[in-house]
Amino acid sequence: MTATVTHGAAIAARASDVWKVYGSGEAQVVALRGVSVEFERARFTAIMGPSGSGKSTLMHCLAGLDSVTRGTIHIGDTTVTGLGDAGLTKLRRDKVGFIFQQFNLLPTLTAQENILLPLSIAGRKPDPEWLATVIDTVGLRDRLNHRPAQLSGGQQQRVACARALASRPEVIFADEPTGNLDSRAGAEVLNFLRRSVAEYRQTIVMVTHDPVAASYADRVVFLADGQIVSELVEPTPDTVLDTMKKLDSLTSEAGQ
Amino acid sequence: MLRTTLKSLLARKLRLVLSGLAVVLGVMFVSGAFVLTDTLSRSFDSLFSDAYATTDVGVSAKPKIDVAELEGEAVPTPFPAATLDRVRAVPGVAAATGSVTADGAQVIGSNGKVLTSFGPPQIGLNWTGENELVQLRTGRGPTADTEVTINQAVATAAKLSVGDRVAVLTPHRPKQEFTVVGIFGYSGNRDSLGGVQEVAFTERVAQESMVGQTGVYTQISVKAADGVDPAVLRDRVAAALGDDYVVKTGEQLSADAAAGFDEALGFFNNILLGFAGVALFVGVFLILNTFSIIVAQRTRELALLRAIGAGRSQVIGSVLTEAVVIGLIASGLGLAAGIGVGALLAYAFGQFAGGLQLAGIGVPVSAVVSSFVVGLFVTVVAAVLPALRAARIPPVAAMQDVATPDRPLTRITTAGALVAALGGALLALGLSGNAGDNTLWTVLGGVLLTFIGVALLTPMISRPVVSLLGRLFAWSVPGKLGRLNSGRNPRRTAITAAALMVGIALVTGVTVILDSAKSSVTALADDTIQAELVISGAQTGPRIPSFEPSVLERAAEVPGVATVAGVYADQAQIGGKRTWVQATNDVAALREIFKVTPSAGTIDTLGPQQLLVDSDTAAEHGLSVGDTVPVQLSRGDARTYTVTGIYAESDLFGGFVLPVAATADFAQPKPVQAYLKLAPGATVDQVMPQIEALLADSPTVSVANRAEFIEQQTSQFDQLLMMIQILLALAIVIAVLGIVNTLALSVLERTRELGLLRAIGLRRAQTMRMITVEAVVISVFGALLGVLVGTGLGAAVVRALREEGITDLVLPWTDMAVFLGLAAVVGVVAAVLPAIRAARLNVLNAIAHE
Repeated sequence: MTATVTHGAAIAARASDVWKVYGSGEAQVVALRGVSVEFERARFTAIMGPSGSGKSTLMHCLAGLDSVTRGTIHIGDTTVTGLGDAGLTKLRRDKVGFIFQQFNLLPTLTAQENILLPLSIAGRKPDPEWLATVIDTVGLRDRLNHRPAQLSGGQQQRVACARALASRPEVIFADEPTGNLDSRAGAEVLNFLRRSVAEYRQTIVMVTHDPVAASYADRVVFLADGQIVSELVEPTPDTVLDTMKKLDSLTSEAGQ
Repeated sequence: MLRTTLKSLLARKLRLVLSGLAVVLGVMFVSGAFVLTDTLSRSFDSLFSDAYATTDVGVSAKPKIDVAELEGEAVPTPFPAATLDRVRAVPGVAAATGSVTADGAQVIGSNGKVLTSFGPPQIGLNWTGENELVQLRTGRGPTADTEVTINQAVATAAKLSVGDRVAVLTPHRPKQEFTVVGIFGYSGNRDSLGGVQEVAFTERVAQESMVGQTGVYTQISVKAADGVDPAVLRDRVAAALGDDYVVKTGEQLSADAAAGFDEALGFFNNILLGFAGVALFVGVFLILNTFSIIVAQRTRELALLRAIGAGRSQVIGSVLTEAVVIGLIASGLGLAAGIGVGALLAYAFGQFAGGLQLAGIGVPVSAVVSSFVVGLFVTVVAAVLPALRAARIPPVAAMQDVATPDRPLTRITTAGALVAALGGALLALGLSGNAGDNTLWTVLGGVLLTFIGVALLTPMISRPVVSLLGRLFAWSVPGKLGRLNSGRNPRRTAITAAALMVGIALVTGVTVILDSAKSSVTALADDTIQAELVISGAQTGPRIPSFEPSVLERAAEVPGVATVAGVYADQAQIGGKRTWVQATNDVAALREIFKVTPSAGTIDTLGPQQLLVDSDTAAEHGLSVGDTVPVQLSRGDARTYTVTGIYAESDLFGGFVLPVAATADFAQPKPVQAYLKLAPGATVDQVMPQIEALLADSPTVSVANRAEFIEQQTSQFDQLLMMIQILLALAIVIAVLGIVNTLALSVLERTRELGLLRAIGLRRAQTMRMITVEAVVISVFGALLGVLVGTGLGAAVVRALREEGITDLVLPWTDMAVFLGLAAVVGVVAAVLPAIRAARLNVLNAIAHE
């Protein structure tokens, strides 16, 4: 099936009939089979699916980290497909924010420097008001001069969130952002992501396999075997879990 | 365990190749030195055995002064021609040939240039006909006193053929002209024996020109009758001639000649090994660093081994086994490369020396043994510390992501301070001259300890300095990231930089010393020498270029010339000690020119059988005015001289001064220098062309004004400096490998960070700039340390040499700036490959990298 969005809403990112094939011949693996999906602006979308369903691949392709075999990707009004390294770098720098499972902060820089890094690389001046808002939202004001090694996992991930938000990108891609956190720290981060969507109209696409995490989103897209198989709007942990179970039985039937 | 070790070795090929390369280069230098000297030694052996192949027994007169190969030219002593008859009369002698053979016959080529030689002698001799060795190629032997026959090497170099006119310079005659009547070669179709140039005259011309006496020979070559043992014949000839003669078999003569060369080659070998030592010392830093990084990266793996039951000693063994394997492979490769380099150098030497026929390239046992011993030793020693560190990894590290906290630098800094202080103390002891015979070793030990101490202190120093240096590049984000990265692991940065420090420090130190010496000598000469014009020649071989004594008289008659002081030089045996002596035609003028002051007696006149001596030498020989002393010169009998004056010793002029009459017994009875003082009102420009005209027949010398002369005399400092710099370049190349290695490992270690930076928008060019800044900061830091340490060492040596007349301390600012600039370039070059690698990382894989 094809996931579409309510008419009239602006689209922040779009995949149209995207195929991704790894390897060739006998060793060929098809990770994505004609995926078409749109992500509305100022919405928090979760991508779910069992291991190997292609959810991470889809996110990497959307974010310009990986190339697609066929189909096109758009971020805002930029066509990602066909961009060279320089174009992709510029896209990532100016239009995309990232949050990783492993936090991925630079150990040599303080929290504040880490937050400002994308802007510094781009040579852009930060908007002080926005920066203050972001820092207060993530609650890191008293930790700004600490280095990552002096911060807890939850704090590090909040720094990573602030880094993604600082440049107000078109869309933030979060790859299992709570995967390395305990449930309390995870909840903090997810609440923060939700607030940034609700209050600051940020667009977030999050890959997760945790139904609770997915329930923070406005919408959940389910992938299985490289195809979009289902979607939920206004999810709760229970509805997500139910859908997952159904998917499991579907895929196991399909596998027989 | 062994299998695990070998597998992990293979998994880290690149690192090992880089660190192994340092050992390969060092070992290459070691084995190259041995192969070179062995090849040359055997080549000389075979050369001399060929040269003496036709001689069963050789006779020569006992030399007046014993001179070893390294100390100058042995001067043949002529003996009466009648000796030949006495030899012929000895039973068992089939034939005996008397010859006059001496070094110093220089042919002037058809282009007017004097043939020079950088080592092989230029022999002038009498033609004694063809034999098994000497074979005429064209023409005949000389029969008239206006004819010469030359060997093919001379003919080729001077572009001469039979029938040509040729001018020849000889020690005892002015320039003479001859007609070439023949050209000869040697058995085996050789143009020359080891590059020796030979000019064969008639017997009388050879006697007059080469030894300055007729009716004499310098050697007799004896052929034994069939069935007579050369050793037996030798004893018979020796008994017949008495104690004034040296009689040896051909084998002995050949062995003696070769032994002299072996001594010189051994000296040469030691110098090469010294530089190899520097290279290997730098290599230790590189290997130490590589193993430290490998151990740090393998923390989990090693902890896992410990967790599943490996003992500490097994972990240590595993790291050391890696070191042994690398050491073995690198030593083997270094040995092979050294054989190639040695062969190449031997070939180059042979060509340079004028066609020495090389014996086959051999690999002496010493080369193999020393290569493996040195290579293994260096590698294993460098791996010991990392191995001990590996053994301290707790098994629990396998289970958790142990953040390896920066260990405090207190211990290493304290150790560094202690070692550096010890080094400084040894240096002070050595340089103050209180270490007696051990001075050299004390100073070397001091330098070594200073280097190790400073290397240990480097992590501490690196923090502020690297951060300061990095600010130069902090104007861009990549620059800032690079600066932060270079300060990230002070130990690693420090060791990498310290390796470069050693090479740069040695070069800087030597530059400081030589520049100071040159400046001091120049200033002293400029201040002392009161002559406006100087006649002298550039010495390329063992003989000092000389000119006709008549030039002195004719120069004195040139309008505008006030005085001319000619200087003759020779070796002499005085009071049982061998020493250089000088003689002059005008002692008053010489005294004035060198501003010599008397301390006892008179030094303004010098009669025959009188001599002057400086106060230091006088004290050494226990001489005072009025004493008599026997002086044995290169030729003639010992004569007794009376000390008539003692002068104050100065740095530019010293030793015994003999009257001009003594020069008859000098090996070379011609002046080697002349100092001209001009009359008031006369200018250098007026006089110089006229002096030049006088020197037309003495093409090996020229006239120069004072500044030019001083520059000529001090240019040897520059040549020495250049040679040392070339040899030390190897140590610097190895240090550069170290920087490449460190960067490559850093890139590998920080793969995920690089992935992140690329993910959030760092461009490829920016990534490369970041790595480059890191490299440049490290290398400039190393160079800066090197310049500082080198300046300190150099200044200490210069200070210690103040007594020897090195009073100026010259800091080579330009050179220092060049070294720092070069270090920046080195950093950029070293960063190329790691930077490309970093820029090419696949962003996605990099982020997912564990």
